Amino acid sequence: MQIKAATGCLLHEGPSLKTPLRFKIRAGMAKGRKMSNYIKLIALGLVTLFAMIGTNYARDLAYQVHAVIVMIVAGGLFLYTLRHTDEPKKAVAGVENEYFDSVVRAGAIATAFWGVVGFLAGTFIAFQLAFPVLNFDWAQGFTNFGRLRPLHTSAVIFAFGGNALLATSFYVVQRTSAARLWGGNLAWFVFWGYQLFIVLAATGYLLGGTQSKEYAEPEWYVDLWLTIVWVAYLAVFLGTVIKRKEPHIYVANWFYLAFIVTVAMLHVVNNLTIPVSIWGSKSVIVWPGVQDAMVQWWYGHNAVGFFLTAGFLGMMYYFIPKQAERPVFSYKLSIIHFWALIFLYIWAGPHHLHYTALPDWASTLGMVFSVILWMPSWGGMINGLMTLSGAWDKLRTDPVIRMMVISVGFYGMSTFEGPMMSIRAVNSLSHYTDWTIGHVHSGALGWNGMITFGALYYLVPVLWKRERLYSLSLVSWHFWLATIGIVLYAASMWVTGIMEGLMWREVDANGFLVNSFADTVAAKFPMYVVRGLGGVMFLAGSIIMCYNLWMTVRRAPAKEASLSVQVPAE
Amino acid sequence: MELYTLLREFADSWMLLFLFTVFVGIIVWAFRPGSTKAYEDTANIPFRHADKPAATKEARP
Repeated sequence: MQIKAATGCLLHEGPSLKTPLRFKIRAGMAKGRKMSNYIKLIALGLVTLFAMIGTNYARDLAYQVHAVIVMIVAGGLFLYTLRHTDEPKKAVAGVENEYFDSVVRAGAIATAFWGVVGFLAGTFIAFQLAFPVLNFDWAQGFTNFGRLRPLHTSAVIFAFGGNALLATSFYVVQRTSAARLWGGNLAWFVFWGYQLFIVLAATGYLLGGTQSKEYAEPEWYVDLWLTIVWVAYLAVFLGTVIKRKEPHIYVANWFYLAFIVTVAMLHVVNNLTIPVSIWGSKSVIVWPGVQDAMVQWWYGHNAVGFFLTAGFLGMMYYFIPKQAERPVFSYKLSIIHFWALIFLYIWAGPHHLHYTALPDWASTLGMVFSVILWMPSWGGMINGLMTLSGAWDKLRTDPVIRMMVISVGFYGMSTFEGPMMSIRAVNSLSHYTDWTIGHVHSGALGWNGMITFGALYYLVPVLWKRERLYSLSLVSWHFWLATIGIVLYAASMWVTGIMEGLMWREVDANGFLVNSFADTVAAKFPMYVVRGLGGVMFLAGSIIMCYNLWMTVRRAPAKEASLSVQVPAE
Repeated sequence: MELYTLLREFADSWMLLFLFTVFVGIIVWAFRPGSTKAYEDTANIPFRHADKPAATKEARP
């Protein structure tokens, strides 16, 4: 496809080429494509064969199911490639003059889909905590809380958030580089490869294939696959940045690039494991004891810092200016807070390990860096909010910008709460309680969720060439449902978290603990119900969004054809 | 000297100094003379080429 595209372009732009040479180039290209198809066939055939053997020798259920999935996918691709080998392809002339948006459209659909799946799983496990009977006896070992919880976290962070980052980064890097995505169909490989990773991870959790590292649960072969996909992602993104036509790299791309590079590093270091058997999912980590804990939380906190913060700040730096129709408040501030964020975040991990076997100096270091981190975080918040200065009236008329602004507000709130909770004295109260869960969700639902919704509301009409969204009042419904849902969630978790923390440390006059663990569980029941209701509201809002976006594609008036072919004013 | 001690001493002396200097250098660089004008142009990148890639090598007007 890409080779053909290049040929078309060459022919198009080079009328001076003599006919024989032209013919030779075309023949050479065709031969090259045939050759690459043979290599593809061999590789896919070997993978299919290996997966078949794996299905037979599998030592555990998760591995066996994964082998079947891989066998079906690789086998299907083998047949598809075989059927299309030696078939002449239509020449696509001049694709270099267009943006590669089909993969962005797929990413937008995947984001909305996985969002609903992840929110649904979250709401269900919230009610499982309130009503333990929902851990059905007939599904023990598959759908109990312990199995579904990583499914929920990975679905919202990596499936919903990850697809949002994939789609928006591919969209933004093209627009701000004024160049088509590098690597042709490699972007499709990244998209589908990432979906395969999600499916393997999710099914693995249900079947017990986990290495029990929070937010890094997938086992060794899934990790290896993600590494391949991620390197391809980096290549596509960096390739586009390198061939950019704009002399400067726009700040959003700096954030996206930091996210891609750092996540690659974190993922590899935290998943250095040795498989027990090549036919089984179990593996053993190379890091011993407390080093393993430190590496895990170095990974864990920077997953927050670079996946959920840097990547989404990249979204903020493109979509808020676009929706507000004015450039960022201060470009200098964006540079300074970018580098401050990069230099500081990487050290904050040890605050997850206060009062553990980790040396005190290390957890103090983590605490100090977390507190300093408050500054660059608020630098980003100020830059996002102040972009609206002079256009604050848009908040009244445009529910999409309202969504983006409240997301930046939640970002500011949770990046204040985080440093506070990282202080050792506060942490002694908050750690292991629901306060942490509340903090994570005000960041994830408020900041990541809302900015993604805002970006989707911006992107869908543009990508499907619609005049406008189907309904702005539905956006308002989504906004209020989601906002009230988050407030219910965060408020109930503050109450239950602090209550729980105080109950755990309460001692009587003789120094004995007053409450048993079960007492705290019983006391938390009303707050758990409120939290579940908050989740229902947030989920309902996201379903309304899906309906609205679907109807935008189906029903909203199409943008006039003349507009889409017009050359933009330069 | 043990490797751990060596790395630790290096980390909180020369490496710390190096990273801090780089960071201060970036701040100074962001405020270099003429940066305001340059960044004004850069900040407007999202408002160009929304529909199509740039046709010429140099994207700016």
